[in-house]
Amino acid sequence: MTVKEVCDTLNAKVICGQEHMDRDVHTACGSDMLSDVLAFVKDQSVLLTGLCNQQVIRTAEMMDIICIVFVRGKGPDRAMIDLASEQGIVILTTNHRMFSACGLLYEKGLRGGGSD
Amino acid sequence: MSVSIRLSYTVSSDDFTRAGEASSDVKGKLKKLGFSPDVVRRVAIVMYEGEINMVIHASGGKIEVTITEEEIEMRLMDTGPGIADIDMAMQEGYSTAPDAIRTLGFGAGMGLPNMKKYSDEMEIDTKIGVGTTVRMKVVTK
Repeated sequence: MTVKEVCDTLNAKVICGQEHMDRDVHTACGSDMLSDVLAFVKDQSVLLTGLCNQQVIRTAEMMDIICIVFVRGKGPDRAMIDLASEQGIVILTTNHRMFSACGLLYEKGLRGGGSD
Repeated sequence: MSVSIRLSYTVSSDDFTRAGEASSDVKGKLKKLGFSPDVVRRVAIVMYEGEINMVIHASGGKIEVTITEEEIEMRLMDTGPGIADIDMAMQEGYSTAPDAIRTLGFGAGMGLPNMKKYSDEMEIDTKIGVGTTVRMKVVTK
């Protein structure tokens, strides 16, 4: 699945990283606990989260995460957008809640990696 | 040929939004030096968790990184309260972080376990009221 397909599926708005919309994503992770995100290394992931602070972007950077989706319509601040842009990370924001957003992507075939 | 690069960072706890800057810098440098993505990511994860720990628990500290072709060694030194029970602290889910930290996405009790999991060697030297030094190594081959 491409970032563009993630965006379309979630009816999301692109906050930054428009130029990376054709990148492939292989797995997804939905969490508000950043250490849980850091505990499971996956390749070319999307991170869905309701947490909205600078450390979300840092965590994504450390994990080489391709795209962050903020659920429930949350919007990042300028500093977060600047950091994500610098790191080439796409930020999307969707009005869907966490459960629904994860479910919609799962339905389209995106998986969490690991044992599922 | 044995080239070694030494880097040192001061981690401040004044501004939580800046936590991770040292790890980010090291990650960028390792990438440029051409280390494999797996090595770069493992170093980034363990150092970032350590850096966050220093900010949460110890009012910051110092990090020294030594990079050679064979390994990346990190020494994270703080003068914080020390770790009272290392065995407990190493258990997944055990945390002494304040609630305010949980609302920021940390304090799940995964920091030290993650550091152990992704490093090839980890040693903790801690003394109550004096501070903690964590030494970690990631082997490159």
